Amino acid sequence: MNLVRSETRPKSLLYLDGVSVSFDGFKALNSLSFVVEPGELRAIIGPNGAGKTTMMDIITGKTRPDTGQVVFEDLIDLTKKDEADIAQLGIGRKFQKPTVFESHTVWDNLELALNRKRGVFATLFYRLTAEDRDRIEEILATIRLSHRRDELAASLSHGQKQWLEIGMLLAQEPKLLLVDEPVAGMTDAETAETAILLKEIAKSRSVVVVEHDMGFIRDLGVKVTCLAEGSVLAEGSIDFVSNDPKVIENYLGR
Amino acid sequence: MITSFILRALEGRIVMTVAVLAAVALAIPASNLLLSPDSALHVPTYAMSLMGKYLCYALLALALDLVWGYCGILSLGHGAFFALGGYAMGMYLMRQIGSRGVYGNPLLPDFMVFLNWKELPWFWHGFDMFWFAMLMVVVVPGLLAFVFGWFAFRSRVNGVYLSIITQAMTYALMLSFFRNDMGFGGNNGLTDYKEILGFSVQADGTRAVLFALSALMLALCLVLASAITRSKFGKVLVGVRDAESRVRFLGFRVENIKLFTFVVSAMMAGIAGALFVPQVGIINPGEFAPANSIEVVVWTAVGGRGTLIGPIIGAVLVNGGKSFFTGAFPELWLYALGALFIGVTLFLPKGIVGTVQSVLAARRAVKAAAGRDASENDDRAPSQVQAAE
Amino acid sequence: MLRLFLSTLFLLLALVAPSLAQSDPKALIDALGKADFKQAEDLIGQIAASGDPRVVPALNAFGDGDLYARKSDGAVFITKPAGANLALIDPLSGESVGEAPKGALNKLKINNTLRRVLRAATGGLTLMSPDRAARLSAADAVLRAPSAENLALLETALAKEADREVKARMEEARAASVLVSDRSIEEKNAAIDTIARIGGRDAISLLLTASATMDPGLKPAVNAAVARIQTTLAFWDMGQNVWYGLSLGSVLLLAAIGLAITFGVMGIINMAHGEMVMLGAYSTYVVQEAIRTSAPHLFDWSLAIALPVAFLVTAAVGLVIERGVIRFLYGRPLETLLATWGISLVLQQLVRSIFGPTNREVGNPSWMSGAFQLGEMQVTWNRLWIVVFSLSIFIGLLVLMKRSAFGLQMRAVTQNRRMASSMGIRTPWVDAFTFALGSGIAGIAGVALSQIDNVSPNLGQSYIIDSFMVVVFGGVGNLWGTLVGALSLGVLNKFLEPWTGAVLGKILVLVLIILFIQKRPRGLFALKGRAVEA
Repeated sequence: MNLVRSETRPKSLLYLDGVSVSFDGFKALNSLSFVVEPGELRAIIGPNGAGKTTMMDIITGKTRPDTGQVVFEDLIDLTKKDEADIAQLGIGRKFQKPTVFESHTVWDNLELALNRKRGVFATLFYRLTAEDRDRIEEILATIRLSHRRDELAASLSHGQKQWLEIGMLLAQEPKLLLVDEPVAGMTDAETAETAILLKEIAKSRSVVVVEHDMGFIRDLGVKVTCLAEGSVLAEGSIDFVSNDPKVIENYLGR
Repeated sequence: MITSFILRALEGRIVMTVAVLAAVALAIPASNLLLSPDSALHVPTYAMSLMGKYLCYALLALALDLVWGYCGILSLGHGAFFALGGYAMGMYLMRQIGSRGVYGNPLLPDFMVFLNWKELPWFWHGFDMFWFAMLMVVVVPGLLAFVFGWFAFRSRVNGVYLSIITQAMTYALMLSFFRNDMGFGGNNGLTDYKEILGFSVQADGTRAVLFALSALMLALCLVLASAITRSKFGKVLVGVRDAESRVRFLGFRVENIKLFTFVVSAMMAGIAGALFVPQVGIINPGEFAPANSIEVVVWTAVGGRGTLIGPIIGAVLVNGGKSFFTGAFPELWLYALGALFIGVTLFLPKGIVGTVQSVLAARRAVKAAAGRDASENDDRAPSQVQAAE
Repeated sequence: MLRLFLSTLFLLLALVAPSLAQSDPKALIDALGKADFKQAEDLIGQIAASGDPRVVPALNAFGDGDLYARKSDGAVFITKPAGANLALIDPLSGESVGEAPKGALNKLKINNTLRRVLRAATGGLTLMSPDRAARLSAADAVLRAPSAENLALLETALAKEADREVKARMEEARAASVLVSDRSIEEKNAAIDTIARIGGRDAISLLLTASATMDPGLKPAVNAAVARIQTTLAFWDMGQNVWYGLSLGSVLLLAAIGLAITFGVMGIINMAHGEMVMLGAYSTYVVQEAIRTSAPHLFDWSLAIALPVAFLVTAAVGLVIERGVIRFLYGRPLETLLATWGISLVLQQLVRSIFGPTNREVGNPSWMSGAFQLGEMQVTWNRLWIVVFSLSIFIGLLVLMKRSAFGLQMRAVTQNRRMASSMGIRTPWVDAFTFALGSGIAGIAGVALSQIDNVSPNLGQSYIIDSFMVVVFGGVGNLWGTLVGALSLGVLNKFLEPWTGAVLGKILVLVLIILFIQKRPRGLFALKGRAVEA
């Protein structure tokens, strides 16, 4: 992981440049620039209101930036696409509050998330193939929910819902995974297990994790970006960032 | 592909309901036509038409359940699709009157002669052909639903906002159809029908066939709705209801999903309206009244939304109650209906079928837990039954 | 032989009549008794020319058909019915001179031509009256029925006139008379200008009537003048439309403003809102009935008394609804919609059971009846008061929300319930009282609406959809949005009406709102930003 980035654009998976957005005069993002490379696991920290969630909203097409570029795989302008397009391109998103289909079983949740044709008629006449079945079994094992496959998602614990949601993102087979506060409300054991899970996932794809829990980020042991007031304050290893005086003043010191 | 789609629909309760409907479609017309009027089992024609009316309402409630119960779109304008289907049928029946009208004009319906119109408006052409009229029964409501939904779902109008504008839609249509200039008979609507496909609409035989058709059409639509909701599409639909943004971020086009369901539902409502009109003998702009559409919602709520069978039961029960009250205690009917609205939302939010289902599910869960406790002690949550689907 | 004699006599009389003229108006009036229509016209001209204001009552009576000639001597009298007989009044002195049976009298026949001549003649005569009001109305009379004969008289009167307003009116009357006389082109041109300055539809018809017989050289001037008046009229028309629009808008505002609180601020879909308005209207009815039977002299105060009554009644009903039903349904908007619809059905039927299904009569107090003219616009008092009333309610509510402690608590609860609760605000009671406030305001709106709408159990139904449209169009949660929404929808509706008719106009407005909501799902004045989650 090189700390100093050259000015020419590298081969990037996700590339944000000069992105600004404001709500009723409040600048949520202020000329934010940010690059994720293929296969990278990246952590993002920052105080409340730093623009972490807004950044995710912009990447996934929920919010349109006022100015700036958002480019996926060096070619695709994400500011012109909506959520469904972006999801189909291969960007998955986990919400801060676990969002699963509570009135469906764990199995159905994963079946819906599988990266298959998503048109009206394709889903109307869809039949579960052996291949899809194996894939779902595999994911169930990964997220440690095999024994609860037939239960309604509503009956899962908070941590299990977080995992189910991560599992749904895996089923989506994204190239880039955006994970918003995955360990909020988890027990220590669950937190540790989640760190292992995310590292496992990051072997085959890029992952961006937003988190407040510094211990968790240390567990991940990856490059950290600190946001404050809508732009990048510091970027580097966890030790480098946590010793940066600006970061201490803006975030850790509080 | 299609067969597996349909086969999936035929789950226990659906098969049972279809069987009941088929039996009703046979038994009631048979007792009306074959038994002598003195027989205790004889069903008089007016009672059969009344029940036919309930079946049409049941189909309308089923259509609403598809969008409200499964997709979370509370349409307060489904009466509009019902009425449009009814008008399409009414126009066919008006054209069948021919020169037997009061004014004896072979081409123009009476109200047009009365308004001094010289020729048939363009949109009345083709309605002398049965197949065309039947096509319009589904095309017109479907098209309105498509255009309306296209705009509304694309701009993500949701929840109560959507409900309010669907209500405004049916209100605007009601005002339009009240105008004589619209060419649909204004206030009086379309009535005084004579024949359908050459059979007198008054004849017992025709009535019996219409009744049987209503029951069969309801069964058919029930199977279709069940097939839709039990497919992967149906699961996505429930996903849209419960967590719309999750569905979006999984890469589904939520607006297309809603639009498809809304259009299918509008078409079902149109069919219900078309079967309704020859059995009651009139269609007028009052069918567009916003209050009617809201009443459909309460049928669905009473029976249990998101259950497909509940709305059918709800429609029959509430309308049966209405017939009883308006006959016996006309003063009390609105109190009863109002109390029903309040009572169901407060005390029976899942409706009759939904409540029965959850009671059964809870009982089974208790039994399962007891059984498991005996064999092994583990900390898993009691296995829930899939019946809540 | 007899016929020959009679016709000779007639001819003789007709010839003699003019010579009598100058000497004695009494003789001229008596001559009317034997004249035919044509002769009567001449005679009226001569009577008028006498310049004697004493003849005016006789001429008026002639126009009203109260002038009779005694068969025995041909003397003409003004009459009044007195039992089976007619009381005779001397036409000049106005003194009563006895009675006569109808059989002894001949009624003087009159037709429309004569009436017009009479009007012009009396107008001309009273121009010299010492009474200012009489002169003014005389000038008006001439203006309405200009004739060349009056011109000389008018000019004499003008020369003597000192009062500014009367003089101006006489100038206008003179201009109108000049147009139909044989005066010079220049004078007529000036007259056209004068009339164009009067403006209004009457001026157009004056000009057009005159132009029919006028020198063709004057046509362009007339057309230009007519065009000028029409432009001004178009402005007034627009003004009138705006006024109608504002008046409709204020009705919408009244209907919607309570909803702006229950739906807009609290997010409760209250389908029984219209019934609160209806209850307010019925409260007015009950108050008025009570006043009619026990204290009729207070009738003009009935609305003022009804306001607090209606507020308390509907607020109490609102409180019961909130505590009894709605509080169990917070967070389930669609269920709230259904339950409140049920409540609305019950309330309607309740009112129907108590007061009957037909319309109830609610009277207008005297200060709300009638109308006044503003330029070319007709303004009715009840509409004006409703505009004033709805704006005052709006302002009062705004002040309550922004300045009072209750308003502060209300806003705190709607913005962050948990925080408000931990600050020691009793959130359930704030909910209940906010809902009661919204209902109470709907009730006082009902008091106002009872003045312009039928008070029947269905009153509320006719407002509910419009009210929701206004609140949604204006933007939920924003009182100003409701104001702007209501007024602009009112004006839009009234501007569409002349093109499309009332019903189609309303349909178009509905369709426009539906399209608008697609474009801006959160209305005109939408809240933006992170706070708004889809």
